[in-house]
Formats: sequence, structure tokens, C-alpha cells
Amino acid sequence: MSLETLALTKRFGGVIAVNAVDLGIASRQVFGLIGPNGAGKTTLINVIAGQLRPDGGTVRFEGEDVTGLEAHQLTRRGIARTFQGGRVFKGLTAYENVLIGRHTRMRSDVLAALVPFRTPSENVDRDHAHALLERVGLRQRATTLAGELAYGDQRRLEIARALASEPRLLVLDEPAAGLNATESDRLRELMRALVGDGLTIILIEHNVRLVMGTCERVAVLNFGRKIAEGSPSEIQADPVVREAYLGAEDAA
Amino acid sequence: MDALRDFLSAYSTTIAIVGVNALLALSVWVTLYAGQLTLGNAAFMAVGAYVSALLGRYLDVPFPLALAIGAVGSGALAAPLGLTVFRLRGVYLAIATLAFGEVVRVVLLATPITGKGQGLNGIPPKTELWHVYLTLAVVAYVLWRVQGSIVGRAWAAIREDELAAASQGIPVRRYKLAAFAIGALVAGWAGGLSAHVTFSIDPNDFAFTKAVQILVFAVVGGVPSVLGPIFGATLLTSLPELLRPLKDARDIFQGLVLLGVIVYLPRGLVTLAQLRRTRRLQQIGATDVA
Repeated sequence: MSLETLALTKRFGGVIAVNAVDLGIASRQVFGLIGPNGAGKTTLINVIAGQLRPDGGTVRFEGEDVTGLEAHQLTRRGIARTFQGGRVFKGLTAYENVLIGRHTRMRSDVLAALVPFRTPSENVDRDHAHALLERVGLRQRATTLAGELAYGDQRRLEIARALASEPRLLVLDEPAAGLNATESDRLRELMRALVGDGLTIILIEHNVRLVMGTCERVAVLNFGRKIAEGSPSEIQADPVVREAYLGAEDAA
Repeated sequence: MDALRDFLSAYSTTIAIVGVNALLALSVWVTLYAGQLTLGNAAFMAVGAYVSALLGRYLDVPFPLALAIGAVGSGALAAPLGLTVFRLRGVYLAIATLAFGEVVRVVLLATPITGKGQGLNGIPPKTELWHVYLTLAVVAYVLWRVQGSIVGRAWAAIREDELAAASQGIPVRRYKLAAFAIGALVAGWAGGLSAHVTFSIDPNDFAFTKAVQILVFAVVGGVPSVLGPIFGATLLTSLPELLRPLKDARDIFQGLVLLGVIVYLPRGLVTLAQLRRTRRLQQIGATDVA
């Protein structure tokens, strides 16, 4: 088991954004998290990845209790994420973005850096960063400022940056938003290849086609509660889900 | 050679102050590079100045050791202060550090051993030009190398996006605190040097105007490179001397220089070099390279 949550709860004032959610996410799969706008998906993963502290319940990662740890500690333990809408370091180059993503895997080079004429940062880290840029198709843009990349390229750069920490669990928050059909097909291939490499992925997504075509299992949230969980076909057939989620989608 | 010697002896105080100001500008550069707007460096400078001057006067502590104690004391003071104020960001952080500066000033004004409002007079002129410029060279070199290291990249990440930096595994609070303490250490050292240039210090030397002046040195010079603060401090400290012939119009001209830099080079004077490069690349049609 990669990640488990037990009765995980997060309140904002009187609003219960995440209400006693139990999840059990097995390793080496893409786990979809869907639900209408405001269902609490992003809040849930903010609690899981350490951006928010839970008000109740526990989070276990690979069997260890990691409830309430801070984001940087969770990254060190093997959880990496991307953000809704994208949060690349716009004023830095694509290469620097990925190298920063490798922070937890690099040895501190401050003292070495003080020695004259020595280039800090080791070859192995540079090669690793370039290999990741290659993997997401950005090798040619290594020296471009991230803020000057096209939107789709920024999303892929953010995934490369997350992968640089060599995570075992990758959380993607609406990675396909704003991507065209070809780009989202490539995203699906990338996710499947990563799972093939042994990663576990939590995918939050509004693009139903992508979720149904990529995930082994899907959980549905509505008003902070988990209302269903199952394989994509089970979810599609579930009347509760149809009413809560797909009904709302049709109107959109 | 004689001409050079005459120049040095006539202007040695100004030349020393240029170097001290460059050190102060570098001290605030560290936090600016990490994206944090702090205005406490005049107060850290005061701590270094008073501690080193008092140690020399009452305990006969050798000059370098007194400087070091002042600088370390200043850095040590930054740690607990940083823990408290780094809950704040942006303008609120600036105001909180400014308030700290006021507290230090008021304490100096009220304490008998620091001479209250009179300050300390007759501080021996122990600072030699080479003291100033050797430490400037060392500090600039160290910061330049740190900028290119894993620590410099972490600071840049925090400046760009704190939330995203934390999820890259960067312990944001620790890195901010380190930047703040390093800045305080450098400012404390510079304060000790300046006290032994100017013979006398009083609490108002380290007030709000000084804090802002230090910030202006760094911002006008430019934060992208460690050369920026050094340029900025050199230009703005020597400008009043160079503009002496303008007499009453001097302040106006200096104001115009400041305004010009901030309007046309918002990232500072060091970006002039980059601008020229970009323009040349555009001329040869190599926009992709830029």
C-alpha cells in the first residue's frame, strides 16, 4: 500500500472541506480523484502533501504515520506534487527548475562551492536533470526561462521538476487543464510509463476521458465526502456518481 | 605614484565609507535575493558598531576580535528575531524589521554605557583601507559562490514561489533564517569597521534613513548579481563628492539619477550589461538565443 488516509478531516471555519475521508491507494497504479468543483479534491491533496495541516484523522505513507508533516519533509520521504494552474519558477530556466526539484537528492555543495574555479553541482545531478527534460520533451528548452515557455510546456516542466526528487508517489492536480487532445494523450502515455517504472500516481482531473482511460481506480468526492470508489467502469455505472458528478458535468 | 598617495590621503575617509557601504548593501542583498524585504540591517550595523567600540574601550579587546564579536553578536541576535518576524511577508516583514530597528535605537538612547543620545566619542581610528577592502572582497566572493550553489538556488526558489519551493523539499523557514543571519553578520562587521573610521557614533546614525539608504544601494545596483549592491553603494556614496561642483543642485541631480534608474532599470544597474547583450542578439536576428 502506498498511501492510506483514515477519517481525514479538514475544516475552514464552519465549512468541512474534507469530511472523514478514507482512502487506500495501492502501489504502482494511477488513482483518480474526481468530483464537482468545490468537492474538496485540492484540499484533500493539500492535506496529504503537507500544504495544509489536517484537523483530524491520519495519513500513512508506505506504512508510516506522516500526519501533519510539513511539505518539505514529505518530499524527502518520497511524495512529490504539481499544482493546479501550475507553479513553475518563472524567473528561472527550465534546467534550474528541475535542478531545484532535485534539492533533497543532492549533497550540500556550499563548502565545495567556496573552492575557486570549481563548478558546484555534480555531473550526476546535471545529467539527471537533462534526462528528465528529455523525458518530458523539453531538452531543447533547457536554457529558456520557465515563464517564457508555452502553457503546455510549463505543465510538463512542472512534472519533470516533481520527478527530480525521485518520488514514489506523484500527485498531479489537474495536469491536463488547458492541454489539447494530442498533449493530453501524451500526458497519459507519460503517466502509464511512470507507473511502469514503479511510481504511484494520484490524478485529480476534470477531463473524464483522461481519467477513465488512465486510472486503475477512481474515488469520487462530493461536499468533502467520499461518495464512491471503484474501477472506472464501476464509477461510470454508479447512479450516485451520475447524479452528483456526471449530472453536473453535463450542465457545464 | 605621489598623485595616487595624495588622492588616497585626501579621500581616505570617503574611500573607506564606500567600502563599508558596499558591505552593508551586500548584507541586505542576501535577504533580497531570497525574496525577503527586511530593513533591520542598520540596527545590526549599530550592534556591531557599539559592541566593537565598547569592547575596545573598556576591555582592551584587540580590534579584529572586537569586530568579530560584534558581527557574531549581531548574527546571533538575528536568529530569534528571524524566528518571530518570518511569519510575515512583504511589506509587513519590512515594517516588523523596521520596528526592531527602532527598538535598538531607543535602547541605545536609554542605556548609560552606550552614551545615551551623546553616543560614543573618541573611538580610535583603527580601520585601515585594506581592512575594508579585504573583507569586501571576501564577502563578495563567498556570496557569489554561494549564489551558484544549492543554497543560492534554494533562495532563488523561495523568492520565486515559496509554496512551490517547500514542495521541492526545501525547508523554507531555515533558509530564510540563514539568509537573515548571514546578512546581520555582514552588517555587524561593517558597523564595527565604520565606527572605527568615523571617531564617533550616536543612535541616530543607525535610524530609519540609514536602513532605507542601505536598501537603496542594493536596489539601484541590482539584485540579480552580487556586483549590483557594490556598484550601487559605490555610485551613490561617491556621487555627492563627484557632484560637489553642482553645489545646491546636487541633491536634485542625485534624485534624478535615482529616479532614472528605478524607472528605466527596475532590476538595477547591473541589468545594463544584459540589456546590451539582448539588443545585440536582436540585431543579428537571434531572438531565440535571448
